[in-house]
Amino acid sequence: MNSTLVEHEVLQRTLGEAMARGGEFAEVFVEDRTTSSAMLDQRRVEQLSSGRERGAGIRVVVGDTTGFAHTADLTESGLVAAARAAAAVARDGGGGVREIALGPLRDNPSRATIMPADVDKARKIELMNHADDAARSEGPSITQVQVALGDSTRHFVVANSDGLFAGDHQVRTRFNVSCIATGDTGMQTGYRPIAGTRGFELLSADAVAEAARGAARQAITKLDARPAPSGDLPVVLAGGSGGILFHEACGHGLEADAILKQASVYAGKVGQLVASPLVTLVDDGTVEGEWGYLAIDDEGRPGARNVLIENGVLTDYMWDYLRARKEGRVSSGNGRRQSYQHLPMVRMTNTYLLEGDADADEIVAQTTYGVYVAQLGGGQVNTATGDFVFGMTAAFMIEGGKITAPLRDCNLIGNGPDVLQRVDAVASDFSMTPGTCGKNGQSVPVGTGQATMRLTGVTIGGAAA
Amino acid sequence: MSQLLERAERILESARGDEQIEVYVASGVDTEVQSYQGEVEELTTATSNGFGIRILNDGAGGARVGTAWAGSLDDEAVVTALREARDNATFATEDEFVAFARPDGVSAVTLTLSDDTVASTPLDAKIAMAIELERLVRSGDTRIRQVDSANYSDYIAEAAIASTTGIRASYARTGAYVSVEAIANDGGDDQTGWGLSAGRAPHDLDIEQAAADAIRRSTRMLGAVKPKSFKCTAVFDPRTAATLFSIIGGALSGEAVVRGRSLFANRVGEMVATASFTLLDDPTDARHFAASVYDAEGLACRRNVLIEKGQLKGFVYDTVSARRAGTSSTGSALRGGIAGSPSAGCRALQLAPGDIDQAEILRRVGNGVFVESLIGVHSGVNPVSGDFSVGVTGLMIRDGQLAEPVREITVASTLQRMLLDVVHVGSDLEWLPGAAAGQSVAIENIAVSGT
Repeated sequence: MNSTLVEHEVLQRTLGEAMARGGEFAEVFVEDRTTSSAMLDQRRVEQLSSGRERGAGIRVVVGDTTGFAHTADLTESGLVAAARAAAAVARDGGGGVREIALGPLRDNPSRATIMPADVDKARKIELMNHADDAARSEGPSITQVQVALGDSTRHFVVANSDGLFAGDHQVRTRFNVSCIATGDTGMQTGYRPIAGTRGFELLSADAVAEAARGAARQAITKLDARPAPSGDLPVVLAGGSGGILFHEACGHGLEADAILKQASVYAGKVGQLVASPLVTLVDDGTVEGEWGYLAIDDEGRPGARNVLIENGVLTDYMWDYLRARKEGRVSSGNGRRQSYQHLPMVRMTNTYLLEGDADADEIVAQTTYGVYVAQLGGGQVNTATGDFVFGMTAAFMIEGGKITAPLRDCNLIGNGPDVLQRVDAVASDFSMTPGTCGKNGQSVPVGTGQATMRLTGVTIGGAAA
Repeated sequence: MSQLLERAERILESARGDEQIEVYVASGVDTEVQSYQGEVEELTTATSNGFGIRILNDGAGGARVGTAWAGSLDDEAVVTALREARDNATFATEDEFVAFARPDGVSAVTLTLSDDTVASTPLDAKIAMAIELERLVRSGDTRIRQVDSANYSDYIAEAAIASTTGIRASYARTGAYVSVEAIANDGGDDQTGWGLSAGRAPHDLDIEQAAADAIRRSTRMLGAVKPKSFKCTAVFDPRTAATLFSIIGGALSGEAVVRGRSLFANRVGEMVATASFTLLDDPTDARHFAASVYDAEGLACRRNVLIEKGQLKGFVYDTVSARRAGTSSTGSALRGGIAGSPSAGCRALQLAPGDIDQAEILRRVGNGVFVESLIGVHSGVNPVSGDFSVGVTGLMIRDGQLAEPVREITVASTLQRMLLDVVHVGSDLEWLPGAAAGQSVAIENIAVSGT
């Protein structure tokens, strides 16, 4: 298949057809994605799967209305039929088929060095077995090990009625290890992901073994865990997955779709102090190799580094084409979609807190009583009320400035604007964690990051009395 | 015979002498309308189709399976998928328990799960429903400040499964939904509430009810406060209880059991729940939105009792997990679309109704917390260890009545404990979209975390 997926002239005619009934903007997004996945469960290689998905999503915008249709038929007649379906929202007749002139394709080659298609499947299985061995080497209490390896090669082009014509080749690789340890107290789980916008070079024998041992140790440690406390306590979040806090506490609330509908607690607050002065939060699609990296977003806009909160002051929101157009500005490169079957909307890329100058060990030592969260597993937010949760999957008590007893899994709950004020220390041991972000039924890969930091208080949702 | 089944059968003709093939073919037509400020904000119309192929080779030490799928039905895609699946199979571990389903003599029930009016209802009428839903919410109460999405959606789905082991199954289903989120404000903090209505076709939908639900849920949360931490009895409303049942259903999957990930493993015959608790998975009950004639391997769906009067009776299995467990499939294979492989799971859970309604449950509980919405289920529930901790909004229960609203709290226990701590099961069974129907349940010894 050629680098434009669909011929230049066909795209122009499809856009012309999409604008025929009076559309103000039209876009054709053509995607070709191949994926492969494999699972090792209890040392058995299972579910080796290969998939391919190819199609186009076409949208037409008229006033505040968007019409959208998608098709797996990439012939001209298939595209034109989809364009007409999408254009049906434009009811004023319009002036007939429009002439759209696309410039030359601005293509972005993949930066992956080892393409998934070139990797011997036997080598993948060898790495999965290596991870399994490493996990089990942590002790006989490890009773279950599951290793999953997946990769995707996503090639898309996007063309719109403004003449934009851009393409991207995104290669992503992911390797997860899940372990179960069994003891007198029942079963406990441990989990470690490795994921990046990279090819197979992401994975080395050492890296997968380290992840596997980490997952196993996490499960074993939790066999001795006691129920987490219940109520408001100081919390120290270890660097990396703690970034989920910001993703939920304010990331979603800073997406312009929620802002323009006045469905976010951060609406109308640009220029105001919304967080502790220690908080400088960035969403950055340009961090090469990270899980949320993109050369261009799914609307053809280059990925960008956007400062959202600077020294506690709200500086800007995140924008896609549609919401930026309403405000007479340009997109911030945050228009993303799960696939050609989905409409783009405002999404995060890699969202992280800039590091501070405190020492991570010192932060713990200066906390007399609280909770140390070594790993977070996910979260959720209601942007309109600001209430959010995030779940801890590896945590310990802090007593007398020392990390002590392990705790069972639970959620922490808070209100975004309130919790952001409670950041009172940020260290310099920055790291990032991959995750999958769900919004309105669409999932996209995102990164989150921060250095070890402390919240003066947040509600721990444990079961202890 | 359905066209999809014919297509699936044609693909089976590619089977080589020494291999088995299973083909799953699916197609769908989807419509989605979102209304905002009285106008169509988004209108999506889409058709899609695709297939998943599994190839099985028998060897000395057992069978090996490889999988491939594609989001189209082109001949070229089929040829590529067959090649990929064959190649994938060569890397799998030989496994004596791996097999495709074979007809097991259980005949499929007759269910009417599709309604032609999804296709015949004009698009304008569907658009009008979304717009009307938004209007009803906005005009229904002066405290409604915003409606950030009012949606109508429907689908027509068809699928067929055929295999060289004798499976032939095809089915069609339709569904229609409306949902709306209201934001209420009376001078203090914003509060939100969802309303929804589901059915097989547009004429099943109760727009007034969905609107009234969103209004009631958002406005009665106004003035919500974060209470101090305490221990109490929690009453889950039908929607939140359905989420709880789905989580329990996950741990009752034979897949979880044979993979060593179920907290119910080796406990069949034990009292795992209170005696008022009877949980079944019954896709043959047409009232359930998830009802189905066939499972994802093409076996007839059947009624499976999981927990009866508190006693664990068994698990749901697909072919492979059943063989591994030394039993037979319960017709409970699920599949995450064309890209997924079959795995065992509950499809249409329901709890046997109790004999008292929600008001009576509240009266008997006296004091506690009423749970109306959940947040962070995926991050706060560990279905392997049983640890349960979710964010909640709801209302206090005082003197047997709903009292002031509460927010930014969590409720916590363990799944094991909660099943044994169920004190009341409501008669108010509500059919909901998703894998579980719901009714009010009261559970004691719940830790509520607040300030």
